Amino acid sequence: MSTVKVIEVHESVFSSNDKTAALLREKLSEQKVFMLNVMSSPGSGKTTLLSKAINMLKDEYKIGVMDVDIESSLDAQKVADATGVPSIQIHNGGLCHIDAEMTEKAIEEFEKVLKDDAKSNSIADFDILFLENIGNLVCPAEFDTGAHRSMMILSVPEGDDKPLKYPLMFSVCDLVVISKTDTMKFFDFNEKRAIENIKRLNPKADILFVSAKTGEGMNEFCEWIRANSTNPRNICKCE
Amino acid sequence: MHELGVTFYVVRDVKKVAEENGIDRIDFVTLEIGEVSGVINEQLTDCWNWARKKEKVTENTELIIENLEAVSFCECCQREFGTIDYGKTCPYCGGGNTYLLRGNEFNIKEIGVYDNT
Repeated sequence: MSTVKVIEVHESVFSSNDKTAALLREKLSEQKVFMLNVMSSPGSGKTTLLSKAINMLKDEYKIGVMDVDIESSLDAQKVADATGVPSIQIHNGGLCHIDAEMTEKAIEEFEKVLKDDAKSNSIADFDILFLENIGNLVCPAEFDTGAHRSMMILSVPEGDDKPLKYPLMFSVCDLVVISKTDTMKFFDFNEKRAIENIKRLNPKADILFVSAKTGEGMNEFCEWIRANSTNPRNICKCE
Repeated sequence: MHELGVTFYVVRDVKKVAEENGIDRIDFVTLEIGEVSGVINEQLTDCWNWARKKEKVTENTELIIENLEAVSFCECCQREFGTIDYGKTCPYCGGGNTYLLRGNEFNIKEIGVYDNT
C-alpha cells in the first residue's frame, strides 16, 4: 500500500530574503549609510540620471555606487568617469534581479576594492550608497535588497501605460522619477494619466518629472534624496 | 523569466527542508500562490520541470500549485474587496487608503514523499 508522508512547511519563499534584507538595513543604519535601490527598464537613463545627481550632491555627501548588470562594466565605468566617486560593477550571474544576500556580497566586494585602492576601509565612510539594480521592471520588485528606499525611473519614451503593465514595480517604490521629459513633444505621453496610473497603485509614492539632459527637476530629485537620506537610523520600512 | 528566478528559491528551500528531515527524495511540493503575486502557473511549472533536475532530491518532484484569491481592505470604510477588480481604490467609498490582506503569497505549503511499502 502506498502511504504519503507530508511535511508542512508553510513558509514564504521570500521570507529568508526578507530577514536578510532587514538585518542588512539595520546594519547600514547603524553605520549611518543610506542605501537607495534604483530600478527601471533597460535604457531608461538610470546611469545618466544618477551621474548628474551625484555631481550635484557629491560636495555635501560621501557617495558610493554599486552597479549591477549581467555582463560588462560599462555602467560603473561611466559613473566613475562622470562623477569621480567610487563605484563597483557587480555581475549577478545572469539572474534577472538581485536579492539581499547578493547585495551583502556586493558590499563586501566593494569594501575590498576600496581597501585595495586605499580609498576607504569601510562602507561606513559613505553617507549615500546607490544600488543600481538590473534593468528590468518585473523581478527586482519582488526582492527586498536591504535598501532604505526604492525608486524607479519611467522614461517618457516607454509610455504612460507602464504602471498598468508592471504594477508591482510601481507599488513597491517610494519614488517614481519620470525621466527624459525633454522628449515629451515626440511621444504620446500623458502626464496626468501617468500620475493617475501610479497613484492608483501606490497612493503614497512621490512622483518627480526630470530631464537629466536639460536639468529640469534635478533640484527636486536631489532635494528628495537629501530629505530621505537624513538620519537613516529613523527610517523604517514597515508602514 | 521572473518565474525562473523564484523557482531556484523553491529548489533551495525544499532541499533544505529535506535535509532537515533526513529525506533523500521529494515526490511532490505544494505551493500557495496568490493572484497578485505576479507568478503564472504554466510558466512556473515549465521552469520547475527544468530546474528540479539540478538537484538529486528534487529531480522527480511534482509541482502542485494552489492559487489564493487576492483581497484588499479599506481603512476608511473597513470593508474588504477583490483586488483584481478594483486595484488600490475602494469600490465602496472611493478611498485610496487600502492595503492588501492576501493574494501576494508565494509560499511553500508542504512537501510530500510516497512510501511504497
